[in-house]
Amino acid sequence: MTRITFIAPDGTRYDVEAENGSTVMENAIRNGVPGIEAECGGACACATCHVYVDEEWTDTVGAPEAMEEDMLDFAYDVRPNSRLSCQIRVRDELDGLVVTVPERQA
Amino acid sequence: MTQVTRTDVVIVGAGPVGLFAVFELGLLDLKCHLIDILDRPGGQCAELYPEKPIYDIPAWPVISGQELVDRLMEQIKPFQPQFTFNRMVCALERLEDGSFRVTTDEGEVFEAKVVVIAAGGGSFQPKRPPIPGIEAFEGKSVFYAVRRMEEFRDEDLLIVGGGDSALDWTLNLQPIARRLTLVHRRPEFRAAPDSVNKMLALRDEGKLTFQIGQVTALTGEDGQLTGARVKGPDGEVEIACTRLLPFFGLTMKLGPIANWGLNLHENLIPVDTEKFETSEPGIFAIGDINHYPGKLKLILSGFHEAALMAQAAKRIVHPDQRVVFQYTTSSTSLQKKLGVAG
Ligand SMILES: Cc1cc2nc3c(=O)[nH]c(=O)nc-3n(C[C@H](O)[C@H](O)[C@H](O)COP(=O)(O)OP(=O)(O)OC[C@H]3O[C@@H](n4cnc5c(N)ncnc54)[C@H](O)[C@@H]3O)c2cc1C
Ligand code: FES
Repeated sequence: MTRITFIAPDGTRYDVEAENGSTVMENAIRNGVPGIEAECGGACACATCHVYVDEEWTDTVGAPEAMEEDMLDFAYDVRPNSRLSCQIRVRDELDGLVVTVPERQA
Repeated sequence: MTQVTRTDVVIVGAGPVGLFAVFELGLLDLKCHLIDILDRPGGQCAELYPEKPIYDIPAWPVISGQELVDRLMEQIKPFQPQFTFNRMVCALERLEDGSFRVTTDEGEVFEAKVVVIAAGGGSFQPKRPPIPGIEAFEGKSVFYAVRRMEEFRDEDLLIVGGGDSALDWTLNLQPIARRLTLVHRRPEFRAAPDSVNKMLALRDEGKLTFQIGQVTALTGEDGQLTGARVKGPDGEVEIACTRLLPFFGLTMKLGPIANWGLNLHENLIPVDTEKFETSEPGIFAIGDINHYPGKLKLILSGFHEAALMAQAAKRIVHPDQRVVFQYTTSSTSLQKKLGVAG
């Protein structure tokens, strides 16, 4: 199991145990993390699963692919550490990952 | 007087399920007219995931969203369905003789004995970017679509986005705007490269401004926009503007269906599982928009619903005709309708 921490817009921390191979978005939904809407169910087609990856983790998590970048155009307040959480797969190296949920999803 | 289009069945929504309903209704000699707010058929498949693979369409181990739509269009061609695109169905009312009148947002009127609501997750509507206070400007100086270009003549225009809509309107409105600024969050665009090159050429000629960044705040009074704050890589700038056109894609909203007097269950339309009829006899609901015990929002399920609905619709439109169950494989009369009879 890999530990992931979500920080909700109001500052509440959600520490969850995530299965490798699942997506970060799926773990947010499963654990009722507020602010992740994931309207399209993880198809990279809605941009409502937007998160900010903690600065310390951006290198390990990696950069979005072209399709995700295109979709990020529909998100609000996109920053260099923005990712769509349905496009991040949980794996061993992400143990301890911290992501912040933005104020609003577009 | 408004012109009335008469047909057997009006289908609200041209997603995969609405399209396949044309086939099932067509086999029973019912003519269909489909209305959709999108500019082309296919609903979610065409708008949200044209290039993504679908793996659970029977006998298609894999097919892309757009290919599924193209094949459905080919399959229903023999029945010559009529389409009205770029129109929202606003009103649905029953006439004295029991048939229905359907009205679009542009005032077109349709009359039919049966209405099939295949509206999926609702009508596709432009997404509102969560810029604080944007609601106050909507319809006065913030617009999500261009209906009449003249409304933008001699205005200071701010267009936001990097897709085809943003770029197309940049190119179309630049000649009539007083000033035009395009804002996009990065130097790469989703839009067709040809439009991007044209836009960059105009920028190089000094005919428009391209700014990298995101709109964070609007200024103005009484709905009249005077400027927008744009946060870019080098900090914030204030851009003077009188009109804003944000293009942030589409989202599905139930829309006017809520006002049609139908029973609703959490924005879905409850139906029976024999005919997929709503609380109003003669109005059916199939596909993602309906609700019944065990409902799955699958294309496959919507296709099944279309077949059963068609049987019931036939009895309403042609109460005097007996419905005979037939296979397309072996019935010469069905094959004639499909244009494949030998
Ligand atoms: C990313 C993604 C992946 C998916 N993958 C699969 C899959 O693998 N397998 C599967 O079976 N399903 C899948 N689905 C679900 C599938 O796309 C839907 O079940 C299907 O599109 C439903 O079809 P529909 O015709 O009922 O509605 P829709 O496709 O939603 O079409 C409804 C249409 O009605 C129009 N409309 C609604 N109200 C109005 C109005 N008042 N006036 C005018 N037009 C109106 C809308 O604009 C829309 O075009 C997926 C969905 C998404 C988003
Ligand atoms: S869930 Fe829709 S893009 Fe991630």
